[in-house]
Amino acid sequence: MESLSNKKKVLEQKPLNFAERMYLPAIVKGLGTTMSHFFKKSSTIRYPEQEREFSINWRGMHSLKRDEDGRERCTACGLCALSCPAEAITMIAAERKPEEKNLYREEKYAAVYEINMLRCIFCGLCEEACPKEAIYLDGPIVPSDYLRKDFIYGKDKLVEGPLEVK
Amino acid sequence: MDINFVIEKFLLVSILFAISLLIAMYSTYAERKVAAFLQDRLGPDRAGPFGILQPLADGVKMFMKEEITPSNSNKWLFMAGPGLAMLCACIGTAVIPWGQDLAIGGRVIPLQVTDINVGVLYLFGVVSLGVYGVMIGGWASNNKYSLLSAIRAASQNISYEIAMGLSIIALLLMTNSLSLKEIVLQQHGGNWNVLYQPLGFIIFMICSFAETNRAPFDLPECETELIGGYHTEYSSMKLGFYLFAEYINMFVSSAVMATLYFGGYNYPGMDWVATQLGPIAAPLVGTGVLFLKIFAFIFFFMWVRWTIPRFRYDQLMNLGWKTLIPLAIANIIITGIVIAVVKF
Repeated sequence: MESLSNKKKVLEQKPLNFAERMYLPAIVKGLGTTMSHFFKKSSTIRYPEQEREFSINWRGMHSLKRDEDGRERCTACGLCALSCPAEAITMIAAERKPEEKNLYREEKYAAVYEINMLRCIFCGLCEEACPKEAIYLDGPIVPSDYLRKDFIYGKDKLVEGPLEVK
Repeated sequence: MDINFVIEKFLLVSILFAISLLIAMYSTYAERKVAAFLQDRLGPDRAGPFGILQPLADGVKMFMKEEITPSNSNKWLFMAGPGLAMLCACIGTAVIPWGQDLAIGGRVIPLQVTDINVGVLYLFGVVSLGVYGVMIGGWASNNKYSLLSAIRAASQNISYEIAMGLSIIALLLMTNSLSLKEIVLQQHGGNWNVLYQPLGFIIFMICSFAETNRAPFDLPECETELIGGYHTEYSSMKLGFYLFAEYINMFVSSAVMATLYFGGYNYPGMDWVATQLGPIAAPLVGTGVLFLKIFAFIFFFMWVRWTIPRFRYDQLMNLGWKTLIPLAIANIIITGIVIAVVKF
Protein backbone atom coordinates (compact mmCIF):
# COMPACT_ATOMS: atom_id res chain seq x y z
CA MET A 1 0.00 0.00 0.00
CA GLU A 2 1.22 3.48 -0.79
CA SER A 3 2.09 5.35 2.36
CA LEU A 4 0.49 8.74 2.87
CA SER A 5 3.16 10.21 5.08
CA ASN A 6 5.90 10.16 2.44
CA LYS A 7 8.28 8.96 5.13
CA LYS A 8 8.68 5.48 3.75
CA LYS A 9 12.22 4.64 2.75
CA VAL A 10 13.12 1.58 0.78
CA LEU A 11 16.40 0.19 2.03
CA GLU A 12 18.70 -1.26 -0.55
CA GLN A 13 21.11 -3.95 0.51
CA LYS A 14 24.11 -3.73 -1.72
CA PRO A 15 26.91 -6.28 -1.44
CA LEU A 16 30.01 -4.83 0.20
CA ASN A 17 32.59 -3.36 -2.15
CA PHE A 18 36.26 -4.16 -1.78
CA ALA A 19 37.13 -1.35 0.65
CA GLU A 20 34.18 -2.29 2.84
CA ARG A 21 35.11 -5.95 2.77
CA MET A 22 38.56 -5.07 4.07
CA TYR A 23 36.85 -3.72 7.21
CA LEU A 24 39.96 -1.68 7.99
CA PRO A 25 38.79 1.79 6.79
CA ALA A 26 35.59 1.47 8.80
CA ILE A 27 37.53 0.20 11.81
CA VAL A 28 39.95 3.13 11.66
CA LYS A 29 37.03 5.53 11.44
CA GLY A 30 35.42 3.87 14.45
CA LEU A 31 38.65 4.03 16.42
CA GLY A 32 38.81 7.75 15.66
CA THR A 33 35.27 8.24 16.94
CA THR A 34 35.95 6.45 20.21
CA MET A 35 39.25 8.25 20.69
CA SER A 36 37.50 11.61 20.34
CA HIS A 37 35.33 10.56 23.28
CA PHE A 38 38.41 9.66 25.31
CA PHE A 39 39.20 13.35 25.71
CA LYS A 40 35.66 14.54 26.32
CA LYS A 41 34.53 15.57 29.76
CA SER A 42 32.73 12.74 31.47
CA SER A 43 29.11 13.34 32.33
CA THR A 44 29.28 11.38 35.58
CA ILE A 45 27.89 12.97 38.75
CA ARG A 46 29.69 11.49 41.78
CA TYR A 47 26.47 11.11 43.69
CA PRO A 48 27.05 11.18 47.43
CA GLU A 49 29.49 14.08 47.09
CA GLN A 50 27.76 15.86 44.21
CA GLU A 51 24.06 16.06 43.51
CA ARG A 52 22.45 16.84 40.24
CA GLU A 53 20.25 19.92 40.08
CA PHE A 54 16.61 19.04 40.44
CA SER A 55 13.79 20.70 38.56
CA ILE A 56 11.43 22.85 40.63
CA ASN A 57 8.61 20.31 40.50
CA TRP A 58 10.85 17.41 41.52
CA ARG A 59 9.23 15.13 44.12
CA GLY A 60 11.56 13.80 46.79
CA MET A 61 11.17 12.83 50.43
CA HIS A 62 8.02 13.98 52.21
CA SER A 63 8.03 16.60 54.89
CA LEU A 64 5.23 17.46 57.31
CA LYS A 65 4.90 21.20 57.47
CA ARG A 66 4.40 23.63 60.34
CA ASP A 67 2.38 26.81 60.21
CA GLU A 68 3.69 30.33 60.79
CA ASP A 69 3.57 29.83 64.57
CA GLY A 70 5.54 26.63 64.41
CA ARG A 71 2.57 24.32 65.02
CA GLU A 72 2.12 21.10 63.07
CA ARG A 73 -0.48 21.61 60.38
CA CYS A 74 -1.55 17.97 60.04
CA THR A 75 -4.96 17.20 61.44
CA ALA A 76 -4.86 13.46 60.78
CA CYS A 77 -7.87 13.51 58.48
CA GLY A 78 -6.45 10.52 56.59
CA LEU A 79 -7.11 11.91 53.12
CA CYS A 80 -3.48 11.41 52.17
CA ALA A 81 -3.60 7.78 53.24
CA LEU A 82 -6.85 7.34 51.33
CA SER A 83 -5.51 8.94 48.18
CA CYS A 84 -2.26 7.02 48.27
CA PRO A 85 -2.33 4.47 45.40
CA ALA A 86 0.53 2.50 46.95
CA GLU A 87 -0.99 2.45 50.45
CA ALA A 88 2.24 3.68 51.91
CA ILE A 89 0.80 6.04 54.53
CA THR A 90 -0.69 5.11 57.90
CA MET A 91 -1.49 7.27 60.91
CA ILE A 92 -3.07 7.20 64.34
CA ALA A 93 -5.04 10.27 65.34
CA ALA A 94 -5.19 11.75 68.83
CA GLU A 95 -7.06 14.62 70.46
CA ARG A 96 -5.15 17.75 71.34
CA LYS A 97 -4.99 18.62 75.05
CA PRO A 98 -5.46 22.29 76.02
CA GLU A 99 -1.82 22.70 77.01
CA GLU A 100 -0.65 21.43 73.60
CA LYS A 101 -2.22 24.35 71.75
CA ASN A 102 1.18 25.67 70.78
CA LEU A 103 2.19 22.32 69.26
CA TYR A 104 -0.72 21.42 66.99
CA ARG A 105 -2.83 23.78 64.97
CA GLU A 106 -6.04 21.72 64.86
CA GLU A 107 -7.91 19.99 67.69
CA LYS A 108 -7.07 16.62 66.23
CA TYR A 109 -3.53 15.70 65.33
CA ALA A 110 -1.49 12.72 64.15
CA ALA A 111 0.12 10.99 67.11
CA VAL A 112 1.78 8.49 64.77
CA TYR A 113 2.40 9.22 61.11
CA GLU A 114 4.31 6.66 59.06
CA ILE A 115 5.25 6.48 55.41
CA ASN A 116 6.77 3.31 54.01
CA MET A 117 9.36 4.63 51.60
CA LEU A 118 9.66 1.25 49.88
CA ARG A 119 5.96 1.39 48.95
CA CYS A 120 5.85 5.06 48.08
CA ILE A 121 5.89 5.77 44.36
CA PHE A 122 6.38 9.52 44.77
CA CYS A 123 3.27 10.34 42.73
CA GLY A 124 2.44 13.39 44.82
CA LEU A 125 -1.26 12.54 45.28
CA CYS A 126 -0.90 12.94 49.07
CA GLU A 127 0.23 16.52 48.69
CA GLU A 128 -2.67 17.17 46.30
CA ALA A 129 -5.18 15.55 48.64
CA CYS A 130 -4.10 17.40 51.77
CA PRO A 131 -6.66 20.09 52.76
CA LYS A 132 -4.31 21.63 55.33
CA GLU A 133 -1.23 22.03 53.11
CA ALA A 134 0.58 19.90 55.64
CA ILE A 135 2.54 17.48 53.45
CA TYR A 136 4.91 18.28 50.62
CA LEU A 137 7.37 16.11 48.69
CA ASP A 138 10.06 18.75 48.74
CA GLY A 139 12.87 16.84 50.44
CA PRO A 140 16.05 15.23 49.13
CA ILE A 141 16.46 11.75 47.62
CA VAL A 142 15.42 9.06 50.10
CA PRO A 143 18.69 7.49 51.26
CA SER A 144 19.39 3.79 50.97
CA ASP A 145 19.46 1.49 53.97
CA TYR A 146 20.06 -2.13 54.87
CA LEU A 147 16.80 -3.25 56.52
CA ARG A 148 13.23 -2.98 55.37
CA LYS A 149 12.06 -1.76 58.75
CA ASP A 150 14.35 1.24 58.47
CA PHE A 151 12.45 2.47 55.44
CA ILE A 152 9.30 3.12 57.45
CA TYR A 153 9.71 6.79 58.26
CA GLY A 154 7.95 8.12 61.35
CA LYS A 155 7.30 11.66 62.49
CA ASP A 156 10.87 11.97 63.75
CA LYS A 157 12.11 11.96 60.17
CA LEU A 158 9.15 13.57 58.44
CA VAL A 159 8.18 16.63 60.48
CA GLU A 160 10.24 19.63 59.53
CA GLY A 161 12.33 21.25 62.19
CA PRO A 162 10.79 23.79 64.62
CA LEU A 163 10.76 27.39 63.46
CA GLU A 164 13.57 29.57 64.59
CA VAL A 165 12.40 31.90 67.38
CA LYS A 166 13.06 35.50 66.51
CA MET B 1 76.50 -25.86 37.26
CA ASP B 2 77.31 -22.36 38.31
CA ILE B 3 75.27 -21.46 41.38
CA ASN B 4 75.15 -17.81 40.34
CA PHE B 5 73.57 -18.86 37.08
CA VAL B 6 70.79 -20.69 38.94
CA ILE B 7 70.18 -17.73 41.23
CA GLU B 8 70.10 -15.32 38.28
CA LYS B 9 67.59 -17.37 36.36
CA PHE B 10 65.47 -18.01 39.43
CA LEU B 11 65.33 -14.29 40.16
CA LEU B 12 64.52 -13.43 36.57
CA VAL B 13 61.73 -16.01 36.42
CA SER B 14 60.22 -14.83 39.70
CA ILE B 15 60.36 -11.20 38.62
CA LEU B 16 58.80 -12.01 35.27
CA PHE B 17 56.06 -14.05 36.93
CA ALA B 18 55.34 -11.24 39.38
CA ILE B 19 55.31 -8.65 36.61
CA SER B 20 52.97 -10.75 34.46
CA LEU B 21 50.53 -11.12 37.34
CA LEU B 22 50.79 -7.45 38.29
CA ILE B 23 50.20 -6.31 34.74
CA ALA B 24 47.30 -8.72 34.33
CA MET B 25 45.82 -7.40 37.57
CA TYR B 26 46.11 -3.80 36.54
CA SER B 27 44.92 -4.62 33.02
CA THR B 28 41.53 -5.38 34.53
CA TYR B 29 41.58 -1.94 36.12
CA ALA B 30 42.88 -0.31 32.95
CA GLU B 31 40.23 -2.07 30.91
CA ARG B 32 37.47 -0.62 33.03
CA LYS B 33 39.04 2.81 33.05
CA VAL B 34 39.59 2.82 29.29
CA ALA B 35 36.05 1.60 28.70
CA ALA B 36 34.74 4.35 30.95
CA PHE B 37 36.77 7.09 29.30
CA LEU B 38 35.77 5.98 25.82
CA GLN B 39 32.14 6.15 26.96
CA ASP B 40 32.36 9.55 28.70
CA ARG B 41 32.28 7.97 32.16
CA LEU B 42 34.75 7.91 35.05
CA GLY B 43 35.14 4.21 35.78
CA PRO B 44 35.96 2.70 39.17
CA ASP B 45 37.16 5.45 41.52
CA ARG B 46 35.98 4.43 44.99
CA ALA B 47 38.66 1.96 46.16
CA GLY B 48 41.66 4.08 46.99
CA PRO B 49 42.71 7.23 45.11
CA PHE B 50 41.39 7.01 41.52
CA GLY B 51 40.28 3.47 42.35
CA ILE B 52 43.76 1.96 42.13
CA LEU B 53 42.92 -0.61 44.82
CA GLN B 54 40.02 -1.92 42.73
CA PRO B 55 41.96 -4.98 41.44
CA LEU B 56 42.70 -5.99 45.04
CA ALA B 57 39.04 -5.67 45.93
CA ASP B 58 38.12 -7.75 42.88
CA GLY B 59 40.68 -10.38 43.86
CA VAL B 60 39.33 -10.61 47.39
CA LYS B 61 35.83 -10.92 45.98
CA MET B 62 36.93 -13.73 43.66
CA PHE B 63 38.54 -15.66 46.52
CA MET B 64 35.59 -15.18 48.87
CA LYS B 65 32.90 -16.33 46.45
CA GLU B 66 31.25 -19.70 46.82
CA GLU B 67 32.91 -22.34 44.72
CA ILE B 68 30.52 -24.58 42.83
CA THR B 69 31.49 -27.76 41.01
CA PRO B 70 28.56 -29.05 38.93
CA SER B 71 27.57 -32.54 40.04
CA ASN B 72 27.72 -33.99 36.52
CA SER B 73 31.01 -32.42 35.58
CA ASN B 74 34.26 -34.28 35.16
CA LYS B 75 35.87 -33.22 38.46
CA TRP B 76 39.51 -33.59 37.50
CA LEU B 77 39.26 -31.93 34.12
CA PHE B 78 37.07 -29.24 35.63
CA MET B 79 39.95 -28.38 37.93
CA ALA B 80 42.61 -28.84 35.26
CA GLY B 81 40.99 -26.39 32.81
CA PRO B 82 41.70 -23.08 34.57
CA GLY B 83 45.09 -24.32 35.75
CA LEU B 84 46.11 -25.19 32.23
CA ALA B 85 44.87 -21.87 30.88
CA MET B 86 46.92 -20.04 33.50
CA LEU B 87 50.02 -22.19 32.95
CA CYS B 88 50.02 -21.72 29.18
CA ALA B 89 49.53 -17.99 29.61
CA CYS B 90 52.47 -17.66 32.00
CA ILE B 91 55.18 -19.72 30.28
CA GLY B 92 55.14 -17.63 27.12
CA THR B 93 57.26 -14.90 28.69
CA ALA B 94 60.31 -17.19 29.01
CA VAL B 95 61.75 -16.67 25.53
CA ILE B 96 61.14 -12.95 25.15
CA PRO B 97 64.31 -10.83 25.44
CA TRP B 98 63.42 -8.12 27.95
CA GLY B 99 66.52 -6.02 27.47
CA GLN B 100 70.16 -5.90 26.48
CA ASP B 101 72.67 -7.87 28.53
CA LEU B 102 73.35 -6.37 31.93
CA ALA B 103 77.01 -6.22 32.93
CA ILE B 104 77.24 -6.23 36.72
CA GLY B 105 80.62 -6.78 38.38
CA GLY B 106 82.18 -8.60 35.44
CA ARG B 107 79.21 -10.90 34.99
CA VAL B 108 77.06 -10.63 31.89
CA ILE B 109 73.42 -11.21 32.78
CA PRO B 110 71.09 -11.67 29.81
CA LEU B 111 67.62 -10.29 30.49
CA GLN B 112 66.02 -13.32 28.90
CA VAL B 113 65.17 -16.53 30.70
CA THR B 114 66.30 -18.75 27.87
CA ASP B 115 67.57 -18.00 24.37
CA ILE B 116 66.48 -21.18 22.62
CA ASN B 117 67.19 -21.22 18.91
CA VAL B 118 63.56 -22.11 18.12
CA GLY B 119 62.07 -19.28 20.18
CA VAL B 120 59.34 -18.46 17.67
CA LEU B 121 58.30 -22.10 17.42
CA TYR B 122 58.20 -22.33 21.21
CA LEU B 123 55.86 -19.35 21.33
CA PHE B 124 53.61 -20.94 18.74
CA GLY B 125 53.58 -24.17 20.71
CA VAL B 126 52.55 -22.34 23.87
CA VAL B 127 49.87 -20.41 22.04
CA SER B 128 48.40 -23.58 20.54
CA LEU B 129 48.42 -25.23 23.96
CA GLY B 130 46.44 -22.26 25.27
CA VAL B 131 43.28 -23.48 23.60
CA TYR B 132 43.36 -26.66 25.69
CA GLY B 133 42.51 -24.73 28.84
CA VAL B 134 39.37 -23.43 27.17
CA MET B 135 38.49 -26.74 25.55
CA ILE B 136 38.99 -28.84 28.68
CA GLY B 137 37.05 -26.35 30.78
CA GLY B 138 34.17 -26.27 28.30
CA TRP B 139 34.10 -30.05 27.96
CA ALA B 140 34.39 -30.84 31.66
CA SER B 141 31.55 -28.48 32.61
CA ASN B 142 29.05 -30.87 30.97
CA ASN B 143 27.02 -27.90 29.80
CA LYS B 144 25.83 -27.45 26.23
CA TYR B 145 26.69 -23.77 26.14
CA SER B 146 30.18 -24.41 27.45
CA LEU B 147 30.69 -27.18 24.94
CA LEU B 148 29.53 -25.03 22.02
CA SER B 149 31.84 -22.29 23.17
CA ALA B 150 34.77 -24.67 23.54
CA ILE B 151 34.21 -25.94 20.01
CA ARG B 152 34.06 -22.38 18.76
CA ALA B 153 37.24 -21.46 20.59
CA ALA B 154 39.04 -24.49 19.20
CA SER B 155 38.03 -23.90 15.58
CA GLN B 156 38.71 -20.18 15.86
CA ASN B 157 42.17 -20.65 17.32
CA ILE B 158 43.12 -23.34 14.83
CA SER B 159 41.93 -21.24 11.88
CA TYR B 160 43.79 -18.15 12.97
CA GLU B 161 46.94 -20.01 13.93
CA ILE B 162 47.38 -20.85 10.25
CA ALA B 163 47.23 -17.24 9.14
CA MET B 164 49.46 -16.26 12.07
CA GLY B 165 52.06 -18.86 11.16
CA LEU B 166 52.01 -17.81 7.52
CA SER B 167 52.42 -14.14 8.41
CA ILE B 168 55.44 -15.09 10.52
CA ILE B 169 57.04 -17.05 7.67
CA ALA B 170 57.45 -13.84 5.67
CA LEU B 171 59.22 -12.34 8.66
CA LEU B 172 61.46 -15.37 9.07
CA LEU B 173 62.45 -15.13 5.41
CA MET B 174 63.92 -11.76 6.29
CA THR B 175 65.52 -12.58 9.63
CA ASN B 176 66.91 -16.04 8.78
CA SER B 177 66.58 -16.94 12.44
CA LEU B 178 64.00 -18.37 14.84
CA SER B 179 65.77 -17.04 17.90
CA LEU B 180 63.95 -14.06 19.34
CA LYS B 181 67.18 -12.61 20.67
CA GLU B 182 68.68 -12.69 17.18
CA ILE B 183 65.52 -11.15 15.67
CA VAL B 184 65.63 -8.29 18.16
CA LEU B 185 69.36 -7.70 17.63
CA GLN B 186 68.74 -7.34 13.91
CA GLN B 187 66.31 -4.51 14.59
CA HIS B 188 68.97 -2.44 16.33
CA GLY B 189 68.09 1.23 16.62
CA GLY B 190 65.07 2.23 14.60
CA ASN B 191 65.42 -0.54 12.04
CA TRP B 192 62.12 -2.17 12.98
CA ASN B 193 60.60 -5.08 11.11
CA VAL B 194 57.23 -3.37 10.84
CA LEU B 195 58.77 -1.01 8.28
CA TYR B 196 59.49 -3.98 5.99
CA GLN B 197 56.49 -6.12 6.89
CA PRO B 198 53.49 -3.82 7.40
CA LEU B 199 51.02 -6.30 5.88
CA GLY B 200 52.52 -9.17 7.82
CA PHE B 201 52.21 -7.14 11.01
CA ILE B 202 48.54 -6.32 10.41
CA ILE B 203 47.75 -9.99 9.75
CA PHE B 204 49.74 -11.03 12.82
CA MET B 205 47.94 -8.48 14.97
CA ILE B 206 44.46 -9.49 13.77
CA CYS B 207 45.36 -13.11 14.46
CA SER B 208 46.61 -12.33 17.93
CA PHE B 209 43.29 -10.66 18.67
CA ALA B 210 41.65 -13.94 17.69
CA GLU B 211 44.18 -16.07 19.60
CA THR B 212 43.64 -14.17 22.84
CA ASN B 213 39.85 -14.34 22.42
CA ARG B 214 39.60 -10.57 22.57
CA ALA B 215 36.90 -8.48 20.97
CA PRO B 216 36.00 -8.36 18.10
CA PHE B 217 36.78 -12.09 18.08
CA ASP B 218 35.52 -12.96 21.55
CA LEU B 219 32.95 -15.43 20.27
CA PRO B 220 33.92 -18.11 22.81
CA GLU B 221 32.47 -15.90 25.55
CA CYS B 222 29.63 -14.48 23.55
CA GLU B 223 27.15 -13.59 26.33
CA THR B 224 24.18 -13.05 24.07
CA GLU B 225 24.33 -16.53 22.62
CA LEU B 226 26.29 -18.67 25.05
CA ILE B 227 25.64 -17.11 28.48
CA GLY B 228 29.24 -16.97 29.71
CA GLY B 229 30.79 -19.22 27.09
CA TYR B 230 33.26 -21.85 28.25
CA HIS B 231 33.32 -20.49 31.81
CA THR B 232 29.54 -20.56 32.30
CA GLU B 233 29.80 -23.18 35.06
CA TYR B 234 32.87 -21.74 36.74
CA SER B 235 32.79 -19.66 39.87
CA SER B 236 35.13 -18.21 42.45
CA MET B 237 38.85 -18.20 41.70
CA LYS B 238 38.55 -20.80 38.93
CA LEU B 239 36.61 -18.21 36.98
CA GLY B 240 39.18 -15.70 38.14
CA PHE B 241 41.94 -17.84 36.65
CA TYR B 242 40.24 -17.89 33.26
CA LEU B 243 39.72 -14.13 33.26
CA PHE B 244 43.26 -13.61 34.51
CA ALA B 245 44.73 -15.92 31.87
CA GLU B 246 43.04 -13.82 29.20
CA TYR B 247 44.81 -10.71 30.44
CA ILE B 248 48.17 -12.45 30.76
CA ASN B 249 47.71 -13.70 27.19
CA MET B 250 47.09 -10.15 26.12
CA PHE B 251 50.29 -9.05 27.87
CA VAL B 252 52.31 -11.86 26.28
CA SER B 253 51.00 -11.29 22.78
CA SER B 254 51.64 -7.56 23.14
CA ALA B 255 55.20 -8.42 24.14
CA VAL B 256 55.54 -10.76 21.16
CA MET B 257 54.25 -8.13 18.75
CA ALA B 258 56.60 -5.54 20.20
CA THR B 259 59.50 -8.00 19.97
CA LEU B 260 58.91 -9.33 16.49
CA TYR B 261 57.78 -6.19 14.70
CA PHE B 262 58.52 -3.13 16.82
CA GLY B 263 62.13 -3.77 17.70
CA GLY B 264 61.72 -5.08 21.25
CA TYR B 265 63.93 -3.01 23.52
CA ASN B 266 65.43 -1.08 20.58
CA TYR B 267 64.70 2.57 20.08
CA PRO B 268 66.22 5.23 17.81
CA GLY B 269 69.32 6.82 19.29
CA MET B 270 70.01 4.01 21.76
CA ASP B 271 73.75 3.97 21.00
CA TRP B 272 74.05 7.58 22.07
CA VAL B 273 72.05 6.87 25.24
CA ALA B 274 74.29 3.88 25.99
CA THR B 275 77.43 6.05 25.90
CA GLN B 276 75.78 8.56 28.24
CA LEU B 277 74.31 6.19 30.83
CA GLY B 278 76.78 3.32 31.03
CA PRO B 279 76.33 -0.45 30.88
CA ILE B 280 73.79 -0.87 33.70
CA ALA B 281 71.34 1.98 33.24
CA ALA B 282 71.14 1.89 29.44
CA PRO B 283 69.76 -1.68 29.17
CA LEU B 284 67.18 -0.81 31.82
CA VAL B 285 66.06 2.18 29.73
CA GLY B 286 65.66 -0.28 26.84
CA THR B 287 63.51 -2.50 29.05
CA GLY B 288 61.42 0.53 29.96
CA VAL B 289 60.97 1.30 26.26
CA LEU B 290 59.87 -2.29 25.63
CA PHE B 291 57.29 -1.99 28.41
CA LEU B 292 56.06 1.28 26.95
CA LYS B 293 55.50 -0.49 23.64
CA ILE B 294 53.72 -3.32 25.44
CA PHE B 295 51.45 -0.89 27.28
CA ALA B 296 50.67 0.87 24.02
CA PHE B 297 49.62 -2.47 22.51
CA ILE B 298 47.55 -3.35 25.57
CA PHE B 299 45.83 0.01 25.28
CA PHE B 300 45.21 -0.70 21.62
CA PHE B 301 43.65 -4.07 22.49
CA MET B 302 41.28 -2.29 24.87
CA TRP B 303 40.59 0.57 22.50
CA VAL B 304 39.54 -1.92 19.81
CA ARG B 305 37.44 -3.87 22.27
CA TRP B 306 35.34 -0.83 23.10
CA THR B 307 35.00 0.25 19.46
CA ILE B 308 34.22 -2.73 17.27
CA PRO B 309 31.22 -5.00 17.74
CA ARG B 310 31.71 -8.75 17.79
CA PHE B 311 32.03 -10.58 14.49
CA ARG B 312 29.41 -13.12 13.54
CA TYR B 313 30.70 -16.68 13.42
CA ASP B 314 30.54 -17.00 9.62
CA GLN B 315 32.17 -13.60 9.20
CA LEU B 316 34.94 -14.74 11.51
CA MET B 317 35.58 -17.86 9.47
CA ASN B 318 35.34 -15.97 6.18
CA LEU B 319 37.84 -13.41 7.37
CA GLY B 320 40.24 -16.06 8.59
CA TRP B 321 40.14 -18.49 5.68
CA LYS B 322 39.19 -16.35 2.71
CA THR B 323 40.98 -13.10 3.48
CA LEU B 324 43.85 -13.48 5.93
CA ILE B 325 45.32 -16.75 4.65
CA PRO B 326 45.45 -15.65 0.96
CA LEU B 327 46.86 -12.29 2.04
CA ALA B 328 49.50 -13.98 4.16
CA ILE B 329 50.48 -16.27 1.29
CA ALA B 330 50.69 -13.29 -1.07
CA ASN B 331 52.87 -11.56 1.51
CA ILE B 332 55.23 -14.54 1.60
CA ILE B 333 55.51 -14.58 -2.19
CA ILE B 334 56.17 -10.84 -2.43
CA THR B 335 58.73 -10.99 0.35
CA GLY B 336 60.45 -13.94 -1.29
CA ILE B 337 60.63 -12.18 -4.66
CA VAL B 338 61.96 -8.96 -3.12
CA ILE B 339 64.62 -10.83 -1.14
CA ALA B 340 65.67 -12.75 -4.26
CA VAL B 341 65.89 -9.54 -6.31
CA VAL B 342 67.86 -7.69 -3.63
CA LYS B 343 70.32 -10.54 -3.14
CA PHE B 344 71.22 -11.04 -6.79
